[in-house]
Amino acid sequence: MHNEHSDSHFQLRIDKGEHIEAKDYMPEGYREHLIRQISQHAHSEVIGMQPEGNWITRAPSLRSKQILLAKIQDEGGHGLYLYCAAETLGISRTEMIEHLHTRKAKYSNIFNYPSLNWADIGAIGWLVDGAAIVNQVSLQRTSYGPYSRAMVRICKEESFHQRQGYEIMAKMMGGTKDQKAMAQDAMNRWWWPALMMFDPHDSESPHTSDAVKWRIKRETNDELRQKFIDKTIPQAELIGLTVPDKDIVLDKKTGHYKIGPINWEEFYRVIKGHGPCNKQRLDHHIFYHHTGAWVREAAEAYKAKKAKREIAAV
Amino acid sequence: MKATDNLYNYCLRLGDDALILGHRLSELCSKAPFIEEDLALTNISLDMIGRAQAILKYAAEVGGKNDTEDDLAYRRAEINYYNHLLVEQPNGDFAHTIARQLFLSAFEFYLYGEMEKCHDKTLAAIASKTLKEVRYHLEHASDWTIRLGDGTPESHHRMQNAINELWMYTGELFEMDEVEMTLMRDGIAVDLIPVKTQWYNRIKHVLAEATLVMPEDSYMQTGSRKGVHTEHLGHILAEMQYLQRAYPDAIW
Amino acid sequence: MKALDTQLDLWEVFIQSKSGQPYIHSGSIHASDVKMAMQNARDTYTRRGEGTSIWVVASKNINASNPDDNDMLFDPSNDKIYRHPTFYVMPEGAKNI
Repeated sequence: MHNEHSDSHFQLRIDKGEHIEAKDYMPEGYREHLIRQISQHAHSEVIGMQPEGNWITRAPSLRSKQILLAKIQDEGGHGLYLYCAAETLGISRTEMIEHLHTRKAKYSNIFNYPSLNWADIGAIGWLVDGAAIVNQVSLQRTSYGPYSRAMVRICKEESFHQRQGYEIMAKMMGGTKDQKAMAQDAMNRWWWPALMMFDPHDSESPHTSDAVKWRIKRETNDELRQKFIDKTIPQAELIGLTVPDKDIVLDKKTGHYKIGPINWEEFYRVIKGHGPCNKQRLDHHIFYHHTGAWVREAAEAYKAKKAKREIAAV
Repeated sequence: MKATDNLYNYCLRLGDDALILGHRLSELCSKAPFIEEDLALTNISLDMIGRAQAILKYAAEVGGKNDTEDDLAYRRAEINYYNHLLVEQPNGDFAHTIARQLFLSAFEFYLYGEMEKCHDKTLAAIASKTLKEVRYHLEHASDWTIRLGDGTPESHHRMQNAINELWMYTGELFEMDEVEMTLMRDGIAVDLIPVKTQWYNRIKHVLAEATLVMPEDSYMQTGSRKGVHTEHLGHILAEMQYLQRAYPDAIW
Repeated sequence: MKALDTQLDLWEVFIQSKSGQPYIHSGSIHASDVKMAMQNARDTYTRRGEGTSIWVVASKNINASNPDDNDMLFDPSNDKIYRHPTFYVMPEGAKNI
């Protein structure tokens, strides 16, 4: 009989394409990797509510206000699904939030950039969600069952996000001179950070090899980035936006676009905390977490009182 | 004054309540005590902005000036806004948010319950859709009032405080001026005298279960039926209308 | 002294998408009591008309089978092929059976 609690048996299951469930045996490294990745993903969704939230109260029409609210609500919901998926691995939401606040856990660098004009809402939906969805579609097949199921639901819900972003961009590019300028300005600021969302080349990513072996990650960073570039550049051109990269060429043979060098120094600088909004984003989360503590305590106290009364009534 | 002016005005009153409270709740996105509650508040906000859109669209139709619902939301000045003072009050702490919601949702629950039967087909249809949403808002706000009132000493104190502070804006909910009296005779506007009794009894019941004290009747603030507001509305509109005002030629 | 933070209890949510359909696990939510759990499940998992009915169960009340028992629990049914209709040979031309 094979030993079901061995790493080799675990790897055999992974290689057969089986999904791993919460109570199944898994190597400690697999569990840790997933906790790190899923909680980071959850934090990204939740912190990601802020740059878009910055425009809810200034959305220029009743339609756009509802769309934006519904979209940000989705991001919150996705954070929620992912926190719950991570909880199946034996970490509580309380701990995950504490790790976020003490900077032990990270969130996506992209949300450390500011949203400065209304077209940023378009650019975030189109470019940031567009980049995220390339990653997320790939993660639907990830080996951990609860993570995979959360991703399936998330991808289904995200499908309108990118379209609403592109719709805003298209509308503004068809609008007044001021609107066009806003759209191009947003494009200029979000293009490169969006490309950085796929992280550095895999050879420079510390966790890639295990993640591929365990089928947590199904495609390399560069493959995913290329997919995003290839589908996005024609979309930009269609509505008259200039991609802020003089080196772009279409390789006719492969059908892929080649881009200029990515400024990874900026990426590492922002990761280290020197992005325009790192402090602001985390401060916001910490502030409202503490502000709401008395409400959560009250809910618990009410539950306890009620339970006591029910026992007394029996 | 044209016969439709009263209906136009009545629609603005209803639509503006939904718009301004929907806006206030939207300010809370990413600021709720925990993520599930963030989603819940956004759902209420979306219900209200959706309702505002429907009612303002109808107001624009009745107004007959080729306005759209967005023109009414984004190009009207404070003095032409007719939402109740209650809904423009700041979110405050979570207890204030809940108290404001409790007061308004209870009012809307009985208001739209009656309006379902009104002679204006459009308003009746909007009312029956709204009633389903508002029933949920009322339940959500009542449950939280009870949890906070009967929770910790701190939450009890905060909840009582919020109820007391917002109480002076509740009298206005039941004011009926010439506009509403005329429309009521036509079978359109809702008679607010029975609504007030129902509202009062419901609030009393919820507060009792929450171990909270019903505030004593005191001076009630007034003004919104004539477009006279608290200072808060101007700031809401300055923010909400910014893009439409700054770029009047743009289509968004 | 700083009180330990709470994020409330964990609940599992099951949604029925149409009447007559089975209840399917949608995911989880946090809530402190059953009314809140029901509301949070509704606000989280039925925003796109996904449901006609909801079950919520406190996660601590769910019992899951142990993966170590999979051999014992599930393998023995693999060879009971006579439980499946395709096991049986019907005479040529037999209808409605």
